[in-house]
Amino acid sequence: MMITDFLFFAFAGVVIASALGVVASRNPVHSALFLVLTFFSCSAIWLMLEAEFLAITLVLVYVGAVMVLFLFVVMMLDINVAKMREGFVSYLPVGIVFAVLMLAVMVYVVGPVGPDVMGTAALDNAVRQAADYSNTEALGEVLYTDYVLAFEIAAVILLVAIIAAITLTLRRRPTTKYQTPGKQIKVKRDDRLKVIKSDAEVLK
Amino acid sequence: MNEMIDNLLATGLEMWSWFPADWQTFLLILGKIVLILVPLMICVAYITYAERKIIGYMQIRIGPNRVGPRGWLQPIADAMKLLFKEVIIPTKSDKFLFLIAPVLSIMPALAAWAVIPFDRGMVLADVNAGLLYVLALTSIGVYGVIIAGWASNSKYAILSSLRVGAQIVAYEIAMGFALVGVLMASGSLNLGDIVEGQAGGISSWYIWPLLPLFFVYFISGVAETNRAPFDVAEGESEIVAGFHVEYSGMAFAVFFLAEYANIILISALTALMFLGGWLSPFEGFVGADHWLGASSLFWFFAKACIFAFCFLWFRATFPRYRYDQIMRLGWKVFIPVTIVWLFVEAVMVVAEVGPWAV
Repeated sequence: MMITDFLFFAFAGVVIASALGVVASRNPVHSALFLVLTFFSCSAIWLMLEAEFLAITLVLVYVGAVMVLFLFVVMMLDINVAKMREGFVSYLPVGIVFAVLMLAVMVYVVGPVGPDVMGTAALDNAVRQAADYSNTEALGEVLYTDYVLAFEIAAVILLVAIIAAITLTLRRRPTTKYQTPGKQIKVKRDDRLKVIKSDAEVLK
Repeated sequence: MNEMIDNLLATGLEMWSWFPADWQTFLLILGKIVLILVPLMICVAYITYAERKIIGYMQIRIGPNRVGPRGWLQPIADAMKLLFKEVIIPTKSDKFLFLIAPVLSIMPALAAWAVIPFDRGMVLADVNAGLLYVLALTSIGVYGVIIAGWASNSKYAILSSLRVGAQIVAYEIAMGFALVGVLMASGSLNLGDIVEGQAGGISSWYIWPLLPLFFVYFISGVAETNRAPFDVAEGESEIVAGFHVEYSGMAFAVFFLAEYANIILISALTALMFLGGWLSPFEGFVGADHWLGASSLFWFFAKACIFAFCFLWFRATFPRYRYDQIMRLGWKVFIPVTIVWLFVEAVMVVAEVGPWAV
């Protein structure tokens, strides 16, 4: 067996096992960490497909930022695991139907049966690129020439989403008390402390 | 005598050729990894000594001077002490995550060295997307801290891990944008090519056209490593020791090693991207046959040492930032500065006023 075959099966095995772990593990934090492992192993497989830019971006964006914030939220939640598991059996048939549907769609789009939407037929005679071939450069070239409009529109949509998310968090409720460091610093002694003159007396 | 050495070499070579080709590559890579990591670990050990000594002198103390001549064996004594201490696992902690957290913390700090070029061609993996690889790996270092904080089952630890998470995600963006500036100047993601693009003496280093990005990058680097003045992760006066409060013995030592390995990594990266890595500052002034004019490992080491010294200097000088000020600096100062400078740089590139040839 070639070493690349071995590496592929090792990483693919980890992807499948950790993806199962995401659904099967009892602790939501463990699920989130399994998802991180899934992303990471996926990125290793992409690297073997000579898609180094996508692979590293997957780690950089999803593992390095998105999952960190996700983990944050999950860590803060007080989840009653037993209650969450309650409906498992009754939801199972619906879940299976959806899983099978998704699988069918994926096979139809990517697999050998349906119309060749993704251009997978061309993959059969794919060429191995030389070591100095830069995937990043090739991707950048088409992204900023042929697909520049779609790319810019996607960027604007993301920007709108960012601004929307920020405005949502800027909501201030009158009942909540806030600490304002500026005000805390501006406090003078006279605002808090009053010195009263009184005669000395003996305490009993 | 000479014959004997020749014979030994010949037998060695013959034994080497017995290995299949795959194994030879594998062993060669393994040897290179050891060649990088062993000096790195020694540097990590001695930067802790340097820190105590330098901060000592800055505070008009002597620092460690008891173990060995002038205290030179202090790091070894510390390591021995930590090795023999018991690793205590808190009762209600998540044992597996608790133990794997230090590993997750040091792994990216070491793995990033794979693409760092020490001299022309002296690099373990000469990959095209080297800069992205470094950025991706430094961004996953935060998992060690977050998992340590959560798995410890301690409120101080989790408070600290929340602080670190938010801080690192914030500063990573500024760091990434600063690197985009370097990428625009060099036109390459390969760290070796980035260094070669700065050839021609001290005046053609990227630090001059990219001065604001240099400051943003280095200060973000200090924040990424959770060093003073951004060390709210372990703010002793607020949350005891932060995320590693429940760790003892070697498990704690690994976090410690990771922090110092990260310091060296950030110093080396800053030297590579803004100060021309292994290139000599006197290129063009002194002939390349003189050691001052020749580019060598020495220059890379010297430049990295300057930045490592800055890390220690900052710790001795600045008081700790307040948390909201850290966030304001990251989001409202650094990110706008980098974006504005990227525009300026783009104009410079189009107008061809920069020192780079596109």
